[in-house]
Amino acid sequence: MSHLQEPFADSASWAHRLDPRGKVLAAGLFAVLMAAARTYAAALAGLALALILLALARLPWKKVGARLLVVNGFIIFLWLVLPLTYPGETVWRPGPLAVSREGLIYTGLITLKSNAIMIAIIALIATQQVNTLGQALQQLRLPSKLCHLLLFTYRYLHVFELEFQRLVQALKIRGFKAGTNLHTYRTYANLAAMLLVHSFDRADRVYRAMLCRGFKGKFYSLRTFSWQSRDLVFGLLSLLALAGLLYLEWRGAGSL
Amino acid sequence: MNEPLIDLKDITFAYPGAGTPVFRDFNFQLLPGNHVGLIGPNGCGKTTLLHLIMGLVKPQKGRIEVLGQEASIEKDFVAVRQQVGLVFQNPDDQLFCPTVLEDVAFGPLNQGKTPAEAMQIARETMERLGLAGFEDRVTYKLSGGEKKLVSLAAVLAMQPRLLLLDEPTTGLDTETKHRLVHFLQDLDIAYMIVSHEDAFLHHTVGEYYHVHEHCCQLV
Repeated sequence: MSHLQEPFADSASWAHRLDPRGKVLAAGLFAVLMAAARTYAAALAGLALALILLALARLPWKKVGARLLVVNGFIIFLWLVLPLTYPGETVWRPGPLAVSREGLIYTGLITLKSNAIMIAIIALIATQQVNTLGQALQQLRLPSKLCHLLLFTYRYLHVFELEFQRLVQALKIRGFKAGTNLHTYRTYANLAAMLLVHSFDRADRVYRAMLCRGFKGKFYSLRTFSWQSRDLVFGLLSLLALAGLLYLEWRGAGSL
Repeated sequence: MNEPLIDLKDITFAYPGAGTPVFRDFNFQLLPGNHVGLIGPNGCGKTTLLHLIMGLVKPQKGRIEVLGQEASIEKDFVAVRQQVGLVFQNPDDQLFCPTVLEDVAFGPLNQGKTPAEAMQIARETMERLGLAGFEDRVTYKLSGGEKKLVSLAAVLAMQPRLLLLDEPTTGLDTETKHRLVHFLQDLDIAYMIVSHEDAFLHHTVGEYYHVHEHCCQLV
């Protein structure tokens, strides 16, 4: 059984039925805007918007929480470092260290922004199969090489995962136990090298199989997406929301 | 009319870096309508023979004729691959499209068919192999037997005049093997099967050849 899963991809919620191209565009613009935002007003409004989208996607809260925990695990390190190193007015002196007011404000802003982006991406991007995403990107005229890289990576990730599991099982049945010693390191190095060699060989075989079926360097797609009235509504609402965020940011920037 | 489908003359081939060649002055002919099984120990060159015919490896010496045309450079083999289908031993090497329908339609699209035509051909081919309803299944989530049948459909969708199968029964259960046997028995084009499984070959081919360094010997 594969460990690679797409827990949010299959459902019939409002967010799942939208045209993937619209969702990708909206998520992309939102992420750029959020990443560039410098005011709490825009960041908070963005977070609220992302939460609304998440509610519309009706995803299992527990799994979403688990994903956010991973992101916020990285953000904890920012909280440990940034307030101590960011220049500004000192508000607290724990021992030899100094916590700056500006550092706290800045770290808080980053926390809000990254959570807003993550939640929006879970609600808009994770709510479709990676394959669909690849095809949507292709239709949005992204370089086809990049799209194929995504699709091929995803397709063969599963094969490599199985190959990896087979190799690990082969180690286990011969009594291998990981420890802190040279034998373990050597074994892991062999494992990684083996996986690399296998993947190289496989790439070769896949290419040959493609040649046998008349591949001449160009891919053709069968899939067409249909743009429906709910996509129009979603597009207009997204534009309005993004304009609102821009306004908040612009007004807030003036008062800073 | 009895011009051979495949005619290999005085082929010498060694893999780069390998000391002894796989084939030395090797000769082989396949006649139209023949259903042939290739047997022999591991490493005797059965798969290599199929790859030579498809132009996936090139001989150091000798002459290859496929369907009456000499094939020597890549361009010739591009034409060969439009008319000769090779089913790989491992279907995971062959199925790379996200969904079954896209994978089966990949060959016809490469042949210049429109998406609508390609889809039509893909659906018909899948129906013939009892794969109706599999169109939107995701290829990597299929079972081993299903993958094998889909990879066969993907090759047959190109409507080849000759089919080459490399160990088609590996990892198949009895039921899928039976399906494959029945399908091959009804197939009206020539085919060549590499297999270690006597029972399977017994039901599907008319004659067996043992692959040697110089020739294929009728068993």
